[in-house]
Amino acid sequence: MSEKSREFWRWREYRYTMPDMDWHDTKVVTAGVDIGSVGSKAVVMLDGELYSFAAMRTGGESEETAIKVMNWALEETELKTENVPYVVGTGYGRVNVPFAKRTITEIACHARGAHYIYGPTVRTVLDIGGQDCKAIRCDEKGKVMSFLMNDKCAAGTGRGLEVFADLIRVPIEELGKTSLDVEDEPPPVSNTCVIFAKAESLALLRQGLSREKVAAAYHLAMVNRIIDLLTRVGIEKDFVVTGGVAKNTGIVSRLERNLGIKPLEPKLDPILAGAMGAALFAKALYEKEIGLR
Amino acid sequence: MQAHYGYKDGSGDYFIIIDTDKCNGCGKCVNACPYGVLELIEDEFDIEGGLMAAVTEEQRKKIKYSCGPCKPVSGERRLPCVLACEPKAITHSW
Amino acid sequence: MITAGVDIGAKYAKIVLLEDAKNILANANGIVGFDILKSATEVFQKALDNTSLKRDQIVHVVATGMGRKAIHMKPPINAGEIVPEVIADAKGAYHLIPTVKTVIDVGAEEGRGVKVGENGKVRDFVINERCAAGAGTFMETMARALEVGVEDMGPLALKSTKAIPMNAQCCVFAESEVVTLIHSKTSKEDISKAIHDAMAGRIASMVLRVGVEKDVALIGGVARNPGFLPPLKKELNTEILVPEHPQYVGALGAALLALEMEAK
Repeated sequence: MSEKSREFWRWREYRYTMPDMDWHDTKVVTAGVDIGSVGSKAVVMLDGELYSFAAMRTGGESEETAIKVMNWALEETELKTENVPYVVGTGYGRVNVPFAKRTITEIACHARGAHYIYGPTVRTVLDIGGQDCKAIRCDEKGKVMSFLMNDKCAAGTGRGLEVFADLIRVPIEELGKTSLDVEDEPPPVSNTCVIFAKAESLALLRQGLSREKVAAAYHLAMVNRIIDLLTRVGIEKDFVVTGGVAKNTGIVSRLERNLGIKPLEPKLDPILAGAMGAALFAKALYEKEIGLR
Repeated sequence: MQAHYGYKDGSGDYFIIIDTDKCNGCGKCVNACPYGVLELIEDEFDIEGGLMAAVTEEQRKKIKYSCGPCKPVSGERRLPCVLACEPKAITHSW
Repeated sequence: MITAGVDIGAKYAKIVLLEDAKNILANANGIVGFDILKSATEVFQKALDNTSLKRDQIVHVVATGMGRKAIHMKPPINAGEIVPEVIADAKGAYHLIPTVKTVIDVGAEEGRGVKVGENGKVRDFVINERCAAGAGTFMETMARALEVGVEDMGPLALKSTKAIPMNAQCCVFAESEVVTLIHSKTSKEDISKAIHDAMAGRIASMVLRVGVEKDVALIGGVARNPGFLPPLKKELNTEILVPEHPQYVGALGAALLALEMEAK
């Protein structure tokens, strides 16, 4: 990914430790580290409860990023990485977490994490990141029943929106709002492929359609595509949307309208879902290892 | 679990779906595939789980092309992976 | 008897004026703009100007290509019939290479594989459309990322002997991958070869769906790129013939079909 588009995606780096929790009186300390293509996240859990976390940009070296984000999550806790007996790595760069005992696919971690964040009523999880799109259906225990992940094609990912934001010169954060600033919804752009959809959008602009209308047509095409993918895994209530694109109101509100299902509001930052799931898997694996279960 | 490996792009939907509840991890599909599309992996979704068939990470982005030769435009279509699978755990979306 | 074939592609309009299925009197091409009919008319006029012929001396016009409907029965070109690309491709390639059995046509937005039967008829075909990764647009986008002209891509690739795999299968993601390769000091020659290899692999797998039977011909705008032929030959493990003006084969096929229709 070029430096320019990275900046466009604007990732907020931050950390937090739960003030009223103490690791001294805990049986099991575990952690999950999620190395994504854009952002890396570390979550530390005490007996399966969220304790401390950090989110930062993924640097050029995934291994270095993994160490950094873990240290940052532990910063105010007096814990050291070596005090955490079981760490699970996940995400695109999961094999580059040197202190992880095991890696687990991001799909499984994401479902488990979403289940923790939103509660056991969650059945369908849609995650749209900068470079991929995942659709997951899970049961009441957070176990995956059906999933798909699309990281081949840029259409229907944050990148597809970035290309469009560039074209109509609207900052990515305002793109969704721009697309909703229309009286009637125009027909969707007919091309899926980002390269062709961009050319089609340009032609629409030249025909005199407003930026807002073209943005609406582009967003609608993306939403239709996402619904196709969701239909493949099966859509059931409750439904949640995570990942960077969850912040785009143009996408989320059209999903809600066209599916007739309102996505749940998160209590915690959904960007942490993968790392949380990894930390929960780490707990189960550690307990199995020491004979607690 | 229905594991969908593949993608949707402008030209269509290309998914190989593995029903992991049916898959017994025998690996016959892996040997049957002439293009190295499939592999056996540890079931990461269930910590008690064993081996299951999956599309390799590298191939997940190009099965439309890799599977192309097994899908002639006309004539009988015999997918080696599907035929090799005794529990009938493999389906193709296209 | 003079006939004309008009091939309105995604990017270029190509015209062939043909006399009695033997003499190509003129060919011309031009970029297809927003107004397809206007662009096609300009190119048509260019071809007429080259020969001092008038429209009414051309007895029949057949149109093919993505934009063919825009000139069907519409003056001043007034194409009497429209035919799909694969039919025109097979006809044109068979005329130039009578031994041809497989035609590979790679245009700006589509790739096609055609199995050719008796008398240049289509036996079977496959089309890759609506995804930029499988057509000439991919090469153009990659040339921009590499900051070289699209016509320089082939010559650059031919200078490299390295095989660097490209992971991205999408035009947009491949752009980023090229930028990463540039940053990691990979030479433009090696990157260009990687791009050609990747695209040749995709086109080859598509063609395998109709089967590869000799002789094999490569036509369409991408056939003019000398860097594309070696990896395609390697992937398909066969010799591949490229006619002299590969971008005009579809238009030629349309002109031949115009003659056949007139003869009936």
